[in-house]
Amino acid sequence: MRFMMLMVPGAYADPAPFKMPNDDEIKKMMKYNEELKKAGVLLTLEGLHPPEEAVRITFKGGAPKLVDGPFAEVKEFVGGYWMLDVRSKEEAIEWAKRCPAFKDDVIELRQVQEMSEFSEDVQRAARELGEL
Amino acid sequence: MNYRLGLDGSIEAVWRIEQPKLAARLVRFLRDVGLAEEIAQDAFVAALEHWPEQGIPDNPGAWLMQVARNRALNRLRRTTMIDRTHRALATEIGELNRVAADADAAFDEEDDDLLRLIFAACHPVLAPEQRVALALRVVGGLTTAEIARGLFVSRATVAQRIVRGKRRLREAGAEFEIPTPAERSTRLDVVLEVIYLIFNEGYVAVSGPAWLKPILCAEALRLGRSLAALMPDQAEVLGLLGLMELQASRFPARVDAAGLPILLLTQDRSKWDWSLIQIGLGRIRQALLLEPTPQSYLLQAMIAACHARAVEAADTDWIAIAAYYHALALVAPSPIVDLNRAVAVGMAFGAAQGLGILDSVKRDPRLKRSHMLPAVHGHLLLRSGRTCEAVAEFRRAAFLTDNLQERAALLALSECASVPHGRTDPSHSCAGRWHEIKPKKGQDAANSA
Repeated sequence: MRFMMLMVPGAYADPAPFKMPNDDEIKKMMKYNEELKKAGVLLTLEGLHPPEEAVRITFKGGAPKLVDGPFAEVKEFVGGYWMLDVRSKEEAIEWAKRCPAFKDDVIELRQVQEMSEFSEDVQRAARELGEL
Repeated sequence: MNYRLGLDGSIEAVWRIEQPKLAARLVRFLRDVGLAEEIAQDAFVAALEHWPEQGIPDNPGAWLMQVARNRALNRLRRTTMIDRTHRALATEIGELNRVAADADAAFDEEDDDLLRLIFAACHPVLAPEQRVALALRVVGGLTTAEIARGLFVSRATVAQRIVRGKRRLREAGAEFEIPTPAERSTRLDVVLEVIYLIFNEGYVAVSGPAWLKPILCAEALRLGRSLAALMPDQAEVLGLLGLMELQASRFPARVDAAGLPILLLTQDRSKWDWSLIQIGLGRIRQALLLEPTPQSYLLQAMIAACHARAVEAADTDWIAIAAYYHALALVAPSPIVDLNRAVAVGMAFGAAQGLGILDSVKRDPRLKRSHMLPAVHGHLLLRSGRTCEAVAEFRRAAFLTDNLQERAALLALSECASVPHGRTDPSHSCAGRWHEIKPKKGQDAANSA
């Protein structure tokens, strides 16, 4: 089963100026990524540009509207993600716990929906809905 | 879906992650796969005894490693004691001290540990079924019961394969070094064969009841991804991985509501796993950068990619597929590849051209008892408008196969061919059925659904 492991950096919420990770911290993260790879559980990973560069497309009232940052009201931003293919949710949790994260970081685990996980009844219902 | 996050599930998850690392280090230290696996199991049993009460330690890997290290040392001490008549006591004490001093250094993780373990479990002195069982057990960390369920054999059979495999390694005095560059390619071929065998065993199992999870396919993918990380410069590793990922991407479309297999050309492609397809196609691109002359697995992956890129069956690039089968016949000749090539050429350039290729393989003695030859022949004859001959070939194929489902399908095909029904379309379910042929055990080079 696939899980998206979303990194929500604590530093985004910190008013102190953003500090780039040092060599040692980068090395630790690279080693962790390498371990995920060698264990055969990593599908992809990506880091995102900081939220200051983000734009939002809102659908308030139904029509799309472009909104530029900064988004002061938003408390949590995703900073990057890993896509894992593991045997169980517990395994995904175990990998998340091993991440060399910074103080106040949050990792959110979200399982990827796959049709084959649903029971045959649900799959049939979905097919019938599709045929409407 | 069961989301119970009990301790059992967490301990099992830790075990899944730590077991290969533990076994890999123990094999280097003890030079014995059987002993290494036993001690790793012992450490897990100790965890099951302690963790439910004390909780999982902060560094569960180090905890397990410590327990395993102590047990391994005890084992070595005991062996040394038994040998005492052959040694002077002083030497023995010296030896023990040396072992103890070395133990810490020896237990430090080494980059090559896991690779060494994979090569050990897929050692050439083992029989193929022993390699599969050992790879699943020692590298994958699966229990005997899980392996038995995946392979559709009894637990006793799996246990026997594991025990005999370990004994065979011991008796043959198998070395557990990383193969030298000179022998690496032949040793790697064996490893890839084992991984693909595991995938195909799981794949066959999927055609059982629809609710059966293809756990062995997932295991083979995990092994393949692991190997691709450990040997990133090997195009065939990426080729095999891409091939498996593309095949796995079709699982959701592979069986109908009654659990009967649906062949590639008639599958509902909207059910394919499109993100897995992207990942598989990426592996092929990466492999081609490493190796401009693709070999067997990469070529098979490129054939699977032609199917994966076709949004509808009618979009399939049969000319490319025919060319890749031609290349495959050069690097990995087999009558099965030739049969597939005949079908692909028939689809790309017309049935007459396909029949021409079939003529050259018809007399291959290896195909004498195969139902696939008359099935392909019938398909090409049907498309050439030679209906009577086609019906006879379909009946012959039905007689030769021992798979009941397949026999029924072939008889239905001969029925449907004997009734005039106008023009035959290559993507029609009747005519399109036989474009893909898979050898029984999936070891041979060929395309598959």
